[in-house]
Amino acid sequence: MKTNILPAIRLTAVCVLFFGVFYTLAVWSVAQVVPGKGKGHTRIYNGKVQYMNVGQDFSEDRYFWSRPSATDYNAAGSGGSNHGPSNPAHLKEVEDRITHFLDHNPEVKRADLPAELVTASGSGLDPHLSVAAAQIQVKRIAKVRQVSEENLLKLIEKHTQKPLLGFLGPEYIHALELNYELDMLESI
Amino acid sequence: MPTEILGILCTYLLVLAAAIPLGRYIGKVFSYEPTRLDVLFNPLDRLFFKLSGIDPRLPMSWKEHLQALLTINLVWFTVSLFVLTNMEWLPLNPDGNPSMSADLAFNTAVSFVTNTNLQHYSGESGLSYFGQLTLMVWQFVSAATGMAICSVVFLAFSPNTTTRLGNFYSLLVRSATRILFPLAFLGAVVLLLNGVPMTFEGKAAATTLEGAVQEISRGPAAAFVPIKQLGTNGGGYYGTNSAHPLENPNYLTNMLETAFIFLIPIAMVFAFGYVIRRKKLAWMIYGVMTLGFLLLVIPSVLNELKGNPVISTLGIDQRLGSFEGKEIRVGAASSAYWAINTTVTSNGSVNAMHDSMTPLTGMFAMVGMMVNCFYGGVGVGFLNFFVFIILGVFMGGLMVGRTPEFLGRKVEAREVKIAMCIALVHPLLILGGTALASHLYVTDPVEYAGWLNNPGFHGFSEMLYEFTSASANNGSGFEGLGDNTPFWNIACGLVMLLARFLPIIGPVAIAGLLISKKYIPESAGTLKTDTATFGLLVFAVIVLVAALSFFPALTLGPLAEYFSLYY
Repeated sequence: MKTNILPAIRLTAVCVLFFGVFYTLAVWSVAQVVPGKGKGHTRIYNGKVQYMNVGQDFSEDRYFWSRPSATDYNAAGSGGSNHGPSNPAHLKEVEDRITHFLDHNPEVKRADLPAELVTASGSGLDPHLSVAAAQIQVKRIAKVRQVSEENLLKLIEKHTQKPLLGFLGPEYIHALELNYELDMLESI
Repeated sequence: MPTEILGILCTYLLVLAAAIPLGRYIGKVFSYEPTRLDVLFNPLDRLFFKLSGIDPRLPMSWKEHLQALLTINLVWFTVSLFVLTNMEWLPLNPDGNPSMSADLAFNTAVSFVTNTNLQHYSGESGLSYFGQLTLMVWQFVSAATGMAICSVVFLAFSPNTTTRLGNFYSLLVRSATRILFPLAFLGAVVLLLNGVPMTFEGKAAATTLEGAVQEISRGPAAAFVPIKQLGTNGGGYYGTNSAHPLENPNYLTNMLETAFIFLIPIAMVFAFGYVIRRKKLAWMIYGVMTLGFLLLVIPSVLNELKGNPVISTLGIDQRLGSFEGKEIRVGAASSAYWAINTTVTSNGSVNAMHDSMTPLTGMFAMVGMMVNCFYGGVGVGFLNFFVFIILGVFMGGLMVGRTPEFLGRKVEAREVKIAMCIALVHPLLILGGTALASHLYVTDPVEYAGWLNNPGFHGFSEMLYEFTSASANNGSGFEGLGDNTPFWNIACGLVMLLARFLPIIGPVAIAGLLISKKYIPESAGTLKTDTATFGLLVFAVIVLVAALSFFPALTLGPLAEYFSLYY
């Protein structure tokens, strides 16, 4: 122990310098030359900065709704519901969301409602929608915005990100991009 | 859905393809053979040891290795305690996050020094950037500790072994700078290009399209995330770990982060084969580990894709699988795959909430941690497997009436006793801890009402999972558990300490004792260890010793929940 304590302290200090300071600064330097400079990918929509990788709450009828969030899209404190599969409270919560969705989308059949649209995401900040979850909302949005369902379906298709390299992983839709384009569609 | 399965398959195959050459490289690093990166790292090594006043050529016996390891770990623990309880006034705290309470700081310090990364706090609000970066340093060096001590066992069985087995500090620095650092840096660049934050600015305020105000936590995440994955650490930068879209923004980063979980654990097996010049033995070990891994991962992926039967009774469409606690860009299949990957390797990062997974997936995740050597943590996973090899050699030797020996050394009572004790520490800590917690909860359910987020069998699973994760040095959780209380902080802290250092001391002692014995060349009477038959025997030992001791506890939790849901 005695023979080891001084070398251990000094080696720890060197490790802190190398991994804590040098490595961090090296990564930070690379960040200065990548898009967004390490502050997050952003885009300006309607003059406001939007953080593209962070999900937003969309619950108005004129937008494609985003997924439920256990933390109300709190990007300063992410979280899931952590409800177990057998939890009666979980069941009730999902049932309430189904009722709410069907109230606002009377044309939709219960059996067609995708589960991902009524279950909370892991982070509470899921920026994406599945294709089915977007399509199921077309009738509602078409009515509210007075646009044709066909145009909306085309918009969805345009914004569907194919699996990585065409064959790896799921396909998904960026809810914010889709909704922004939806606003643009109307202003044309 | 087929593309989701292809994504998993490709990830696995790419990792295997990379692990074989990486294993060779790691083997060279450990046996001090020249590599192409020496131009960079030899001068760096010299700088490290000049500044720390260490002679890296001074060889150590196995006892000296352990003394060095324990001392430097104590230093890391002390520094962590200081930083975590003083973050309030230390620099790099733009969000003004508070210091930790004493019990939480104890738990967190132990957690990161022992390579567990169990987190009873949430990164966004529980740590300053200074705290995050301090823990990141431990993510490098605690992983390197496991690799260094594992390499001591490798060197013990190398063809030209002596009782002096290299220098601990030298092996530690080599592991951290030559293996972890370059990979982590490459990973960080990829993450940066995909939008993972790397800034020292505080929260950003933004207005959503619907007009709500959203505060967005940022920080030096891109540096933190790759080493969290590579070193089987697993402690997330953000509270929800790699489920968070800033920590894991798309499927490409998800593949990379998944790959980083089990790349080094597999490579370590091939490194062993390289150092001791027995490739076939390495493939036997890889085969047994892979068999165990597949048995856990396949049913888990299928279960998550099938969805939650309770949600099915509500009559909605579960085509994509069970989605509570999961992210769209990851998908159900890759979430289940990650869940098993992270638990068999003692990593513990998550990209979906394990608490919300279907009962059997939750159980397989627990089994992965209970066995803790199907690939296992960097370095320590191999040491756990080594314990089972010793037990396998002993049982196999007795069954066929041959002298139990491993790589030319007789395995006798003393080694087997150590191996058996180490194999039993794990169930003792898990079952003892869970029993204690259950007892407390049952005697005073009002006082401890805040513990469990879920009623019934699942609530029991939350407690069982927590102790399993602590004892496996895993760090994932059924996060519904209200675990930031003195009981959980202290109990899990103690479990992590014992479960980290005993399974390091045991195998190193066994190796040290074995090589002090006379070398007996292989003969017709030797029980061959590099055959499929012996592999199956080791597998059987693992099932008997590890899995079965936990079966009664599993029936009370996930199995009971499964039957209540499906039948």
